[in-house]
Amino acid sequence: MTINPYVPIVGLLILGALFALFSVSVAPIVGPKRFNRAKLDAYECGIEPAPTPIGGGRFPVKFYLTAMLFIIFDIETIFLYPWAVSFDMLGLFGFVEMVLFILTVFIAYAYVWRRGGLNWD
Amino acid sequence: MEQLKLPPIDYGALLPMLILFGAACLGVLVEVVVPRRARNAVQLSLALLSVVASLVAVVLERGTRTITIGGAVAVDGPTLFLQGSILVLGGVSLMLIGERSIERGGVFVSQAAVTAGSQKDAQQAGGQPGATEVYPLSVFALGGMLLFVAANDLLTMFVALEVFSLPLYLLCALARRRRLLSQEAALKYFLLGSYASAFFLFGVAFIYGFAGGIQLSVVHEAVANPQRSQVLLYVGLGMVAIGLLFKAALAPFHVWTPDVYQGAPTPVTAFMAACTKVAAFGALLRVLYVAFEGVRWDFQPVLGGIAVLTMFVGAVLAVTQTDLKRLLAYSSIANAGYLMVGVLALNDEGLSSTMFYLVAYGFSVLAAFAIISLVRDPDGEATHLSKWAGIGRKSPLLAGIFTFILLAFAGIPLTSGFTSKFAVFGAAVEGGQTWLVIFGVITSMLLAFPYLRVVVLMWLSEPGESTPAVSIPGFLTSAVLGLGVLVTVALGVVPAPLIDLTREAAQFVR
Amino acid sequence: MEHTFAPATGVLSNIWLLVAIPLASATILLLLGKRADRWGHWLGVASVAASFVLGLIFFLNLSGLDAAKRSAELSLWDFIVVGDLKVDFGLLFDPLAGVFVLLITGVGSLIHLYAVGYMEHDPGRRKFFAYFNLFVSAMLLLVLGNNYVMLYFGWEGVGLASYLLISFWYTRPSAATAGKKAFLMNRVGDAGLAIGIFLMFTELGTTQYDGVFNGVDKLAAGTVLAMGILLLLGACGKSGQFPLQAWLPDAMEGPTPVSALIHAATMVTAGVYLIARSNPIFSANETLQLIVVSIGAVTLLMGCLIGAAKDDIKRVLAWSTVSQIGYMFLGVGLGGGAYALAIVHLLAHGFFKANMFLGAGSVMHGMHDQVDIRRFGGLSKHMKITWLTFGTGWLAIIGIPPLSGFFSKEPIIAAAFEGEGWQPWVFGGAALLGAGLTGFYMTRLFVLTFHGPARWTEDNKHPHESPAIMTIPLILLAIGSVAAGGLMASTVPDWLTPVLGEHGEEHATVLPHVVLQILGIVIPVIGAGLAWALFRNGTALEPEPAGVLVTAARRNLYTDAFNEAVFERPGVYLTRALVFLDNKGIDGVVNGIAAGIGGGSGRLRRLQTGFVRSYALSMLTGAMLVVGAFLAIQLGWLA
Repeated sequence: MTINPYVPIVGLLILGALFALFSVSVAPIVGPKRFNRAKLDAYECGIEPAPTPIGGGRFPVKFYLTAMLFIIFDIETIFLYPWAVSFDMLGLFGFVEMVLFILTVFIAYAYVWRRGGLNWD
Repeated sequence: MEQLKLPPIDYGALLPMLILFGAACLGVLVEVVVPRRARNAVQLSLALLSVVASLVAVVLERGTRTITIGGAVAVDGPTLFLQGSILVLGGVSLMLIGERSIERGGVFVSQAAVTAGSQKDAQQAGGQPGATEVYPLSVFALGGMLLFVAANDLLTMFVALEVFSLPLYLLCALARRRRLLSQEAALKYFLLGSYASAFFLFGVAFIYGFAGGIQLSVVHEAVANPQRSQVLLYVGLGMVAIGLLFKAALAPFHVWTPDVYQGAPTPVTAFMAACTKVAAFGALLRVLYVAFEGVRWDFQPVLGGIAVLTMFVGAVLAVTQTDLKRLLAYSSIANAGYLMVGVLALNDEGLSSTMFYLVAYGFSVLAAFAIISLVRDPDGEATHLSKWAGIGRKSPLLAGIFTFILLAFAGIPLTSGFTSKFAVFGAAVEGGQTWLVIFGVITSMLLAFPYLRVVVLMWLSEPGESTPAVSIPGFLTSAVLGLGVLVTVALGVVPAPLIDLTREAAQFVR
Repeated sequence: MEHTFAPATGVLSNIWLLVAIPLASATILLLLGKRADRWGHWLGVASVAASFVLGLIFFLNLSGLDAAKRSAELSLWDFIVVGDLKVDFGLLFDPLAGVFVLLITGVGSLIHLYAVGYMEHDPGRRKFFAYFNLFVSAMLLLVLGNNYVMLYFGWEGVGLASYLLISFWYTRPSAATAGKKAFLMNRVGDAGLAIGIFLMFTELGTTQYDGVFNGVDKLAAGTVLAMGILLLLGACGKSGQFPLQAWLPDAMEGPTPVSALIHAATMVTAGVYLIARSNPIFSANETLQLIVVSIGAVTLLMGCLIGAAKDDIKRVLAWSTVSQIGYMFLGVGLGGGAYALAIVHLLAHGFFKANMFLGAGSVMHGMHDQVDIRRFGGLSKHMKITWLTFGTGWLAIIGIPPLSGFFSKEPIIAAAFEGEGWQPWVFGGAALLGAGLTGFYMTRLFVLTFHGPARWTEDNKHPHESPAIMTIPLILLAIGSVAAGGLMASTVPDWLTPVLGEHGEEHATVLPHVVLQILGIVIPVIGAGLAWALFRNGTALEPEPAGVLVTAARRNLYTDAFNEAVFERPGVYLTRALVFLDNKGIDGVVNGIAAGIGGGSGRLRRLQTGFVRSYALSMLTGAMLVVGAFLAIQLGWLA
């Protein structure tokens, strides 16, 4: 019997969902409950989500900047993965293209770095 | 593992674009390594140099008629002619963008992200040198435009559309004065531009569904022998057209134009009015002539209706404007209508006359905006019409040049405005679109009125207390003005050489 | 008749200079700016005078050629080549063009000379002369072109220059309004001309005169009719003929007599030129000729009636111009030999109307710019030269023999009586009635201005004669008014034969020719006598209430009201509607309806903020319409 190739994917989906549900539901049951004000803060960084300031509040633009830069560089480097997988098929041309690609990302990176996009203040 | 087979790539044919994209990346690097003081000069020279190099590449390729990189790019007569036009007009716009002597620090703001109206904003308005990123941004936009007119499949066209649109959105936000207006313009342009891009992309999906491919030649085949429901074709064609009509500023997709033209820094407005028009109409020509020629009888009436509406909206609303930049925006809308008349001729004459019109109009409009950038009061450019009253007495030369350009817009004979209108109308008559020509003639008669009103205002009114001073144009602006006037005269008196050139170029490869 | 033009050779290959000299002068005056203030006006005069001299030389040269080859076509360069359409940048100097060149440059020189004196104290004199030269240059291009596109060039140039000249006296709001009106009305005409030219190109594939004229015979009657009506629309716009007559008198009101004259004597003749030049088109269709004749008849009566009710000296002259051009239209509409008669009248009219306009300027000069004829009177004692010269113009326009108006107008009246059926009676009767009315209103003008008791205003006690630089042109023009008609009536028709065709056999008139001739003298004299009797002792200082006809005539026979209702208001509404839609977007309409239903004003206010979304909504609506239209076509609902 041949198994439908999509079945493992569905299985993985179910597994993932179960894990998430399990972790979230188990944590309050097994963990210790000691009150600490810091625990109510946003994790590690970011702004207070509540109470909502009047008019929706003004967020420092730096958060967006950082998030945007992260997404840009992150998404672009994901491009490397399929290339690595099919490196053999693409050959020298693919390699040159990828070098060029990395070069452009690097130029952008250098620009952001020099213009202070990576500094918090 | 089996090697992937590469499609043949004609690097020579791609060279003009490669040069620009390379130079733009280099420009970003210049921002990184070159000290601030030297940056402007380096960036400007780099940008101009790359445009010239690219132009040389276009000229060297003038005989090329080919489709390359797997059918994504077509380099043929119209492509090369339009690329050449974009580069020439783009180079001239770059000269306007590079002008630094009219205002301390140039017309661009140094940091666009600073809150408008804050103390820091006032500080940087006072004379901090403007952002030099404008050059790589412009060069990116130019590169995108070159690709846009060469794109031979709809997806490449979409990518090119985004490549040249995004820098333009940014450039709009960079005006030194009237920051809020500028930011508003950029945001509006961006939102509505993405909206139109979405239409375009949606349309591409429909076309793909209909034709089973996105290459223009494949679409052409499918139109000739439809295999699937034609509803897909028509909805797709409609939506693709909307994306392009938006960029070309045809009614009712023109709504962004006045606000954006008014809010953007004037050199950027000039850049958009001259180059974006060429690019948008270049792509429109290619899509309609190459892919959808088979359903011409179906789209001619619809797009013809749009052309008529555009001409009327542009001409009638230009009459009520009180701001010069908005007036020119409506005039550019009306001109888009005339260009559409040429496009809808759907013959070789239509193609060549539209290309001729684009060049002629581009030069005039660059000169017009160059003049607007010169008339200033303490708040920056004085674009309100009332401020221009009697300016002919204060600086006759400038007012004379502006008068001439306005007369050209009005289509007075012996200017390029007449010959270009005549050419597109003649082509449309030949293409059996006489009804469009009738509306074209009527609206162009109407449109002459707002122009002449400005002329009379400049010469025949007494200058008031508030008549602004006219800046002495720097070398770059003077060069732009001289070139604009020269070309407007030359194409008005002896248009034959350029018309011949467009006729030689007027053949798409499929 | 086969239409061909001989190429220009010898001296005649320099005809481009005619256009180039005034153009160069205009350019110099505009470019040099204030530096040319001191001598600029003399340059202006010299350039037009030079064109006149050249024109004369060319004219004599042309007359030395064989009648069959009496034309000189000069192709300067290929102007535009679009598809099959090839437009030459070419000039044509033939008998018709030659006559017009002499008229334009001759009268133009005199006006220029006169303006030197009249504009002496005006700070804008240099600019005025620059526009003036531009005007002459454009007018020469108009009559010298060898194809319709060149004619259109000149046509537009003339329109532009006239707009500038009319608006020149910007301090008077009426001048600005008049400029606008002139511009808009002319635009209607221009649009007709432009579309007519494109129609020519579609049907005949050319716009060259010879090509068009040779091709007209092969066209369907409907096409010729359409082409002719479009050209006629252009002609009516430029020449101030019904229904586009309203701008002309207004254009006379604001600016000086000088610019008024340039319109009266030269620009308005462009329409007559267009029809005379296009005679093969107009002669090819009888309906077309009937339309032209009707327009001429209606306009000439209208001009007389309104002219009789006006009190502004320049307005009376302006309406008289409208009326006299009506006669010319009548002539060109009758076709055949009457084409030449119309041209003769045009030339004769150029002299006596110029004479009277400049005379009016001289009167105003002496009377501190007073224009109300109710405030003149008794000026014959104080301004002898003006009185005498104006008198010749007055007698000439009425058509008293042997002054020029008699020789030029009477043949047109006689020609109108030719033919059979109702037409000769109607058109001939109209022409004759017009002659009587002309006698009446011109006499009223003359008597009220120069005779009877003085009715001057308090500050105008010392009228004086104008300086020599103004009176010399007056005297020259007066001589022309006396003699020109008689001279030209015998020579010009023969001269124009190569262009306008043979006279053809004389048609019988419905009344004996002698009777017509007698009527042609008696009826104007009756009109004049009536006016003399009525106004000999002056008139009231203010217009008095009057009957229906006079009131209607004072209000331009309600044509302005008609224009406003039919053209202006819809235009205004259209603009407003478009502005509304554009500002508020479709969104505004949609929400406006919602707000109206809900009755909440708060909602309406909120609309004003959402600009981008309203733009987006209007784009969406447009998109839906576009896609919907495509689908409708596909499903066969349209097309």
